[in-house]
Amino acid sequence: MSVSTCRSSRDAVRAPEVPGLEERALDAHDRAIVLATQAGLPLVPDPWGAVGREVGLDGEEVLARLRAMQARGVIRRVAAVPNHYRLGYVANGMTVWDVDDAEVERLGREVAAIAGVSHCYRRPRHLPHWPYNLFAMLHGRSREEVERQAEALRERLGAACRDHRILYSSRILKKTGLRLSRRTPSA
Amino acid sequence: MHCQPPPEQVHDLDALDRRLIDSYQRGLPVCPRPFARIAERLGAAEDEVIARLERLQARGVLSRVGAVFDHARAGASLLAAVAVPEAERDAFAELINAAPGVNHNYARETQGRAPLAQDDPAGEHDYNLWFVMTAPEAPALEARLDALEARLGVPILRLPMLESFHIDLAFPIPWAELERT
Repeated sequence: MSVSTCRSSRDAVRAPEVPGLEERALDAHDRAIVLATQAGLPLVPDPWGAVGREVGLDGEEVLARLRAMQARGVIRRVAAVPNHYRLGYVANGMTVWDVDDAEVERLGREVAAIAGVSHCYRRPRHLPHWPYNLFAMLHGRSREEVERQAEALRERLGAACRDHRILYSSRILKKTGLRLSRRTPSA
Repeated sequence: MHCQPPPEQVHDLDALDRRLIDSYQRGLPVCPRPFARIAERLGAAEDEVIARLERLQARGVLSRVGAVFDHARAGASLLAAVAVPEAERDAFAELINAAPGVNHNYARETQGRAPLAQDDPAGEHDYNLWFVMTAPEAPALEARLDALEARLGVPILRLPMLESFHIDLAFPIPWAELERT
């Protein structure tokens, strides 16, 4: 496969296999619903009924199963998912921080609330070459804006932070949302 | 650089478009006739809401109207990185993309000079390929990483998530500011 894959607004790249999703939480009907909806819901007055016709269930059953998957946390939300790049958020910076272990939990929560932060995770260090234990993904309309956001994070972290880096994505080489194994339904 | 289409002119998005995005990026009503419920809240007609969502999706302003899955509940996964020479980056990326379980792969450049890589005391290259490896469970994840590491011939930095402080991808869109850019 070519590595110079352009990302279209719909991810057309082949789906990776994630059998764990099936084994851990989904029965065959749930799986069919996920396969039928993962690229997007049918935009019709009764989307659940339309999905149901595709998978051989009635609309009420589809709705009940989606709600149950949401309650179990398998589905985080059903939403109108914006493409931030298309709205002008063309710069994304993965910032990595070396933060005092005694304070990282408290500071991680504070940093996660700063504007522009979409994800914030604690991850292990790999000393000596990788000292960073806190990751925050920043989104801005330019690298300058991402740098201002990073500066706000640095101020919040204060003396507990020894070092940090900003890693900018220069190219998307592969991007697929979590997909069950099967050909992606035609978009 | 990215090879996506250029950013949208947000001027073309009217008040109803913006309210749809602002109000429903965090979640649609999961109920019978969801678009009728949205229409009722926004003071519009159901078919108008549906037409707007179709148009926003067709223009790529919405990547989809659908479910957002939780990776962590769908098996094991971790963030991984390798440091490879820039000239060979695409060849390494191809091997990574072809490996079972890889679902994102980004080329990243570190701001400023940063001699970070384990096998790179001279600082000739940084961790410049970042990807997410997934598997049904932890032992399979390690096995997939070990196999890929052997194939690549360079050490893979393994960075599992230990704690999540924030996983909500929705954030408020500053329409007025975007109009000025």
